[in-house]
Formats: sequence, structure tokens, C-alpha cells
Amino acid sequence: MLLEVNGLEVRYGGIRAVKGIELAIEVGELVCLIGANGAGKSSTLRAICGLAPVHAGSVRYGGVDLAAAPVHERPRRGLVMVPEGRGIFAQLTVEENLAMGAFSRDDADVAGDLERQFESFPRLRERRLQTAGTLSGGEQQMLAIARALMARPRLLLLDEPSMGLAPRLVARIFAIVREIAAQGVTILLVEQNARLALEVADRGYVMESGAIALAGAAPQLLADPRVRAAYLGEGAA
Amino acid sequence: MRPLFDTRSNPALVWAGVALAALALLWLPFALAQVGTSWVRIANYAILYALLALGLNIVVGFAGLLDLGYVAFYAVGAYTYALLASPHFGLHLPFWVVLPIGALVAALFGVLLGAPTLKLRGDYLAIVTLGFGEIVRIFLNNLSRPVNLTNGPQGIARIDPFSLGGVDFSQPQAFLGLALSGPIKYYYLLLAVLVAILVINVRLQNSRIGRAWEAVREDEIAARAMGINTTHLKLLAFAMGATFGGVAGGMFSAIQGFISPESFVLVESIMVVAMVVLGGMGNIWGVILGALLLSFVPEILRWTVEPLQRALLGRMIVEPEVIRMLIFGLALVLVMRFRPAGLLPSAVRKRELTDDRAA
Repeated sequence: MLLEVNGLEVRYGGIRAVKGIELAIEVGELVCLIGANGAGKSSTLRAICGLAPVHAGSVRYGGVDLAAAPVHERPRRGLVMVPEGRGIFAQLTVEENLAMGAFSRDDADVAGDLERQFESFPRLRERRLQTAGTLSGGEQQMLAIARALMARPRLLLLDEPSMGLAPRLVARIFAIVREIAAQGVTILLVEQNARLALEVADRGYVMESGAIALAGAAPQLLADPRVRAAYLGEGAA
Repeated sequence: MRPLFDTRSNPALVWAGVALAALALLWLPFALAQVGTSWVRIANYAILYALLALGLNIVVGFAGLLDLGYVAFYAVGAYTYALLASPHFGLHLPFWVVLPIGALVAALFGVLLGAPTLKLRGDYLAIVTLGFGEIVRIFLNNLSRPVNLTNGPQGIARIDPFSLGGVDFSQPQAFLGLALSGPIKYYYLLLAVLVAILVINVRLQNSRIGRAWEAVREDEIAARAMGINTTHLKLLAFAMGATFGGVAGGMFSAIQGFISPESFVLVESIMVVAMVVLGGMGNIWGVILGALLLSFVPEILRWTVEPLQRALLGRMIVEPEVIRMLIFGLALVLVMRFRPAGLLPSAVRKRELTDDRAA
């Protein structure tokens, strides 16, 4: 198991946003975590990154408990997040944003990786000297993903990559996610767009008010009448 | 930093420009001395303010942490110098020992301020730093009892001037046929320190640390997700800024020969922030321009407003000080309205406004 989450609880003040969940991801998997707004998906992701406090339970990554690992240590170990709302550095250029992604690396091949990102995202090469804030929403999302890839992730955490994007761009972003997974990067995808997420993922977890309501292979979940009713906008069977 | 001239097409031009500027700066104190020695002193204070502005620029401009109590570090540096090189304790250590100690103590205070405020941002951080500045001043005012540490509101007098190898910086001297007055010697010393701190600033900005600061300023969460240790970087910004403030304070002590808590009031902090904002947050040259403008313009007003009114109206109606504040306020409003990123915006902010699709 690359990632094991056991009995994870996240609290904000007195509110339990995540109420003791179990979650596991194997190397090479593309797993999605779906659910409605406020179900605790993002809190789970933030707890895995160390951005939200783990109140109870544990997060183990590569067999090691992350409790003692500070946030800035985690990218160095290959645990990299694309934050919700993209979190690009708006005033920096595209190229500088990408360079920032490699901040935690000290090996020499950063330039080579930059070239590889430009190959996968030709749009970013065209705009490499533009400030990131002037990019369109879709381009910004691509930049955020490319920037995360610059850190050479083993486990990539994506927080709502479809947020605020036009449907055509959402499809493009999900195709990119699929490609990254095909290259061997393990991915945990948090998404409100349940259908698209389940269509690209191998497995899925459905979260409801802080707890895992359902889990299983993605095609199974897609066919599950409860999922269809609650998340795919179809009438109850 | 975007170069002011197109260095790539004509590098010789730049070097010529630098040489000209250097010559002008070396010649400047003699020209000012022709007008009056007080103008050399004014130039010295302008350089001191430039040092302060460069230090604050690290905190505000690079790391994006609004510090309204910056004068506290200036005070710490000044008092450290005064206590270790004056008859107050009977200590007379040489300046090259005291100045680094002052810088170090100031850096320590920087961390002291930084550590508890790590989680604060924007207005909240500004209020805490403002309080910090006041606390330091009030301590200086009251640390005369039970043990007389700072001599309270009376301040510390007869602080040793800089002296190096028998050269006393407060005394006039002839050198290579040139009559060097005390202020002129200090001018050159200050200029040397300014150049050194300038080089450090430029190097910092283009370093890995500089880029990390930029990331922290832009989006702290994303910066952390990139593996940037934001805690360390913020503390480093506070400590570096404070160090420069401490150096400036030590020099102020030596040049002035007398310091009291009155020199380190809140308005001084506001003044330095105004220099940084007016000149262009994050742009080293802009910050220096801001410091020079806000130091020189009031002095020029002081020398012109009164004679002008007497000539035109026969008597003085409006005090120069009043006009100074009026113009100061107006200038700030105008800059915020028409050049919100400052007179010389930083490259990062300027980039937004120019179409940059070349290459």
C-alpha cells in the first residue's frame, strides 16, 4: 500500500469534518474520492498533506506514519498536492511557476523535466513568459498540474481539478489526469463531478457527511443505483 | 530585476552609466558642501533612510509581511551601539565590533517578533508589529530604573564616533589635497554600506530564498504544498530585515553622537513604510528612490517655503512642517491612485502591465 488512512478524524473547532474514515491506495492506482459539497473530501486530502490537523487516526505513506513529517517535507518524499482553486502564483510567469514546483528537488534534471512539461502541455510553452494570472482557467489548471509534476510525485493529490471550468475543458483535464496515471503516477482525485471522476478512476470512495458511505471499483459505483440517484442526477431506481 | 536599459544590446552603455553614476555620487558631497554642510548631513540621513527602506523591503516587499514596527530594530541597533561605545557604561568598543553585535541583537529581536506572529497576516500582523515597535520604545524610555540601562528619556550622549586606524570620522581632515569634513567622511562610509547592502539585496532577490519568498507572498498554501518551509522563510525575512535595521541604527548612533527614545517613534516606522510603498514595494531601486524623495523633499521645502512666503506675502503664514505633511499626504494619495505599485514598480508587478510574449 502506498497510502493507508486509518480511522482519520479531522476537526475544525467542535465540528467533525471527517469522522474516522478508512482509505487505502496501492501503487499505480487512480482512486477518486467523490461526494457532495461539505462531505469532508477536501478535509481528508488536506489532512493527508498535513495542511489540516489530524485529530485522531493515522496517515501512513509508503509504510511510514506521516504524523511527524512537516508539510514542507512531504513533497520531498513524493507526496504532492494540486491545491483546490489551483493555487498558482499569479504574479510569476508560467516558467517560474513550474520552476517553483521543483523547489523541493535538488537533482540536476529540473531543466529536462521543464522541457517534458512543455512537451505535454504545448499551451504552457507558448505562454511560458506570461504571468500565470493572465492564463485562462483551464490553462491555470494545466499549469497547477504541470507544476505538481515538476516535483516528481509518487502520489499526486488532486483537489477538485474541474472546479470553475467549462465542460469541454473539464474533459481535457480529466484526459490529462488519465495520461499521468498511465505514466505510472499514483493518483488520489477528489472531485464533485462524480460521473467524470468515476469514468477515469480505477476505484472510488463515496463520502457523505464526514464518513465513507460506499467504496468499490469505479464501474461498479457507476452502476450502483444509490450513486446514480444521489450523484449522477438520475431518478431513484 | 528588469534592467533599466537594454543591457543585452549594448553592455558598454550600462558600464558607462554605472561609472558616471559612481563619479556623480563621489562628487556629490563636495557639491552639497558648497551649498552648506547641513546638506551633506541631510544626504547622510537620506542614505540612512535608504538603508532602512532596503531592510524593510525584505520583510514587506519580498516576503509580503506588513511590518509597522520596523523602527524598533533601528532602535535596538542604535542602543546596542550607544551602550557599548559611550561613557554611559564606560565601554568604548571599536565600531567594527559593535556594529555586528548590534546587527545580531537586532536579528534576534526580529526572530522574537517573527515567531509569535507566524500565523498572522495582513492587518493583524500590522497591528502586532505596530505594538512591538511601541513596546520597544516604551521600554527604552523606562529602563532607567531600578538599574539605569538606557538612561530613560534623557537618552545617551557622547556616543563614540566611528574611528578606524587613527582616522576619526567626526573630525575634519585633509586627504590628497581635499578637505574632508566629518559629514563628508560619513557620507562615503554610508555610501559604502549602502552599496554592500544593495548587493546583498540584489543577490537575495535572485536567489532560491528570494523566489521562495515570492511564492510565500503569492500563495502561502501553495508554497507549502511545493515543499517550501514557510515558517523558516518568514523568520528569515524578519531576521534579515532586522539586521539591516540594526546596522542602520548603529550608524545613526555614531553619526548623531546622541540618541533618545524620541528618535524611534511610530511616525518613523510609518515613514519607512511610506518610502517602500511610494518607491515600489519589492523593487530595490524603487525603494531607494522612495527613501531619497521622502528625505530630500521635506528639506527642500524647509529651505524654500519660508523665504518664498516672506518674499510674496511679507510674512510666514504656513509653517514648512504643515506643508510637508500636506504634500506628503497628497503624494501618497496620488501615487496610490495613479501608480498603485509605486513609482518604480517591481519587475513582477510591472510584468502584469506589459505584453510579454517574446521568445
